[in-house]
Amino acid sequence: MMRFPILLFTSFALIPALAAAQTQGPLRIEITEGVIEPLSFAVPDFVPDTSAAAAYSSQISRVIAADLSGTGLFREIPATAFISQVASFSAPIQYADWKSIDAQALITGGMSVSGNRLTVRFRVYDVFSGAELGNGLQFSGSTDGWRRMAHKVADAVYSRITGEGPYFDSRVVFVSESGPKNDRRKRLAIMDYDGANVQYLTDSSSIVLAPRFSPTGDRVLYTSYESGFPRIYVLDVGRVQRRVLEQQDGTMSFAPRFAPDGNIVVYSLSTGGNTDIFTLNLRSGQRRQLTSAPSIETAPSFSPDGRQIVFESDRSGTQQLYVMPASGGEAWRISSGQGRYGTPVWSPRGDLIAFTKQSSGRFHIGVMRVDGSEERLLTASFLDESPTWAPNGRVIMFVRETQGAAGRASLYSVDITGRNLKPVLTSDGASDPSWSPLQD
Amino acid sequence: MKHFFKFVLLALVLAIGACSNATRFEGEGGGSVGGSGAAGTSVPADGSASDPMSSAFFQQAVGDRVLFAVGQSTLSADAEIALNAQAGWLNKNSDFRALIEGHADERGTREYNLALGARRANAVKEYLISRGVSAKRLQIVSFGKERPIEICSEESCYAKNRRAVTVLSGALTG
Repeated sequence: MMRFPILLFTSFALIPALAAAQTQGPLRIEITEGVIEPLSFAVPDFVPDTSAAAAYSSQISRVIAADLSGTGLFREIPATAFISQVASFSAPIQYADWKSIDAQALITGGMSVSGNRLTVRFRVYDVFSGAELGNGLQFSGSTDGWRRMAHKVADAVYSRITGEGPYFDSRVVFVSESGPKNDRRKRLAIMDYDGANVQYLTDSSSIVLAPRFSPTGDRVLYTSYESGFPRIYVLDVGRVQRRVLEQQDGTMSFAPRFAPDGNIVVYSLSTGGNTDIFTLNLRSGQRRQLTSAPSIETAPSFSPDGRQIVFESDRSGTQQLYVMPASGGEAWRISSGQGRYGTPVWSPRGDLIAFTKQSSGRFHIGVMRVDGSEERLLTASFLDESPTWAPNGRVIMFVRETQGAAGRASLYSVDITGRNLKPVLTSDGASDPSWSPLQD
Repeated sequence: MKHFFKFVLLALVLAIGACSNATRFEGEGGGSVGGSGAAGTSVPADGSASDPMSSAFFQQAVGDRVLFAVGQSTLSADAEIALNAQAGWLNKNSDFRALIEGHADERGTREYNLALGARRANAVKEYLISRGVSAKRLQIVSFGKERPIEICSEESCYAKNRRAVTVLSGALTG
């Protein structure tokens, strides 16, 4: 079986890096350590089998290339360098031609359109071994969904080469922001993970905050001021219908998240100025109070096995991270460094907790083991917050807000090693991202 | 009656120094409000602020807000003086209800600041209750860091954004 020369992005690579960070103390800058020579690839335009498919030929290969290059682990060899052309999906590969332009991987594909149905086939080759990597695969769907099929091809290539789970065929729900800082308009929006296909889910007539996907991506929890008070709502993404979940008079509810079962919602409820954590069973309507302390308890997030909840509390005097059983009870503190810690989010792999840290006037996105060890700061800026995990647990998206009267919020992503920090382009300001699970 | 307005004037002076938006006071007649309002005779062009029973008077002359230290929800001595004036006015104008809005500066995470704003609003509510305002007339809401009034990223702005504002919400009777 073929092996590409770089198989460094398995979970093995992370462990020594984390160990190093531990002995040197948390990193405070955008990390440049562990620079990896990206794997070079070529992706000639997919070959259309029907004239109707020609329209998608170049578009699909461009999206695949953008997905792969966007990870920082791959580098595209441009078409202008090609010696061979791929005239037919089934033609034999001229490995020497690809070797001579130093393409380590070659992705070829074909497509056909029948009615509004698009079928995409692809193969991946290890050029230097002169062999195919894995088997050819085929995806079908509506022509409207051509970007998704490109993401699926890129996901397959990424997974085969890195050994990591796929994540390109996913979406992000977020808060779209416009207007000046003292009159900011916010509305919920959803887009592909790469910023394409933006759709708005609410208008901006009231403040909306912190949308969170359900485990299957069919629903979104969020906080809205449409009643005049912050209250949590659940929105059906497909039908764009919403209903309020918590509306006790004299209370405010916010920071909701689904449990992995998609039925329990954990959130915070503020009553009489005190904020505690509750759960609500959507089927039975049963509420349960998990914390009861005079301190602030908020930003709860379930472990992927549903057994524990990580949250933030200022019971020690400053904002810190704690873990408790999913049914409530004794909590233990996991954050131990200098500064304040908030917005903990359990990784979908269960191994890490992402958080926001404030220290010496700077904000950081970081990760730590679930026992609080091996803290590693991935970013630093005037204001970074609200991390969310890619479905494969390798990449974190977050909001960065710039300083000053003209300050603007925008989305960024970063690898959990701290590499490949980059903006996620959106036309308006954007905050509070929540990454969906991988789509079906 | 006379006594009450002396008290209000004192609060006004303190409120300007302590916490309020200076341009608003000047623009809407900081100096003139006390005189004309207390006398109850002249009606200046900007209207209702001169009416001591109006919400504009409450906002501008009594002082509708108190400020907080970083991360804190305890009331300063200045804040208590301002709230004494608010309570005095509310006790006199018992038709009004009030919604107390708690706010935070931008130097915190969104959820925590929501919870912190709730603490601040509640501190004001509890204080007003302790000064005789009926709890039934008071509600609280937190906006966290969502509604700054000052937009620079400096302490001078943050200090004004860490606030609790008492917003009168409609008289009970017309």
